[in-house]
Amino acid sequence: MVMLLSLWFVMSVRCLMMKTESKVKFGSKNKSFINVNKKLLIMSLKKSFFSIWNAFPMILAIVLLISLLNSYLGSFSISSIFSGIEIIDAFFANVVGSILAGSPITSYIIGGELLKSGVSLFVVTCFIVSWVTVGVVQFPAESVLLSKRFAITRNVFSFIFSFVVSLIVVVVVSLL
Amino acid sequence: MFFNLNLTLVFSKFISIFKSLIPVFFLMFVITFLISYFVKPKILVKYLGGNSGVKGYLIAVISGIISTGPIYMWYPLLSDLRETGMKDSLILVFLYNRAVKLPLVPLMAVYFGFKYTLVLLFVMIFVSVIQGLIFESFSFFGGIKNE
Repeated sequence: MVMLLSLWFVMSVRCLMMKTESKVKFGSKNKSFINVNKKLLIMSLKKSFFSIWNAFPMILAIVLLISLLNSYLGSFSISSIFSGIEIIDAFFANVVGSILAGSPITSYIIGGELLKSGVSLFVVTCFIVSWVTVGVVQFPAESVLLSKRFAITRNVFSFIFSFVVSLIVVVVVSLL
Repeated sequence: MFFNLNLTLVFSKFISIFKSLIPVFFLMFVITFLISYFVKPKILVKYLGGNSGVKGYLIAVISGIISTGPIYMWYPLLSDLRETGMKDSLILVFLYNRAVKLPLVPLMAVYFGFKYTLVLLFVMIFVSVIQGLIFESFSFFGGIKNE
């Protein structure tokens, strides 16, 4: 389903952008309908393969790190780091959310449990947002593939804006 | 406490995560190939480059929301697009909007309520665009540039 959606999206973009290069005329002797540029096809295939191949070792390393973190998570209680002072708790929630990685479903489950144990919605939102936006585990791969400057900037922005998002969400939800 | 790890558990989690990535590798290969074959650099620069404007932000937001798989699987494709001319602020917007997971909305609503979930999603989309604009202004003022 996802593959079909992705294919549809790319083909739609292509159709919107493409000018009609060869029109099929009624009764034309030229029966060729699909014009395949073999050189471009081979070049695109090679480029796609090598872009994933070159990133493969980094992806393996990230998966291993996530496996280590997820295994360790079972023996570590996140709620033990919260003191009750909201601003400090929000900061620690952001730090922990930034370091931990994995499926967002895990963050919702942990967030739900934190909420039940008395942690404020602001702190829980900081945790969830930083989990999905900040990526300390992915940082090495991001800095190699997208430049160190970009990786640092994006993660710092995401860290700071997780406070902003949490504040706005909590205020809006309380007003509604 | 840190060294009290069950290595068998770590290895089995590694295998299970890696197995789930195999279809994503193929998906990434297909998407990278399609973009590389069909989308000419001039077109990419027009819609995602320096002067793309609102269209670029819209494409980045929507494609970030509908994208799937782990974030690190998108780095190779984004790196290629960046080399071709996609601006960094749109990459930032795309990566931030990846946090908006539409298939997980029902699950989030179960834990936190529908109202909270919707508000969070809309605020995240809005903040992603703000971040992109701030990032562009940094580049404009010569603060942060592509390497």
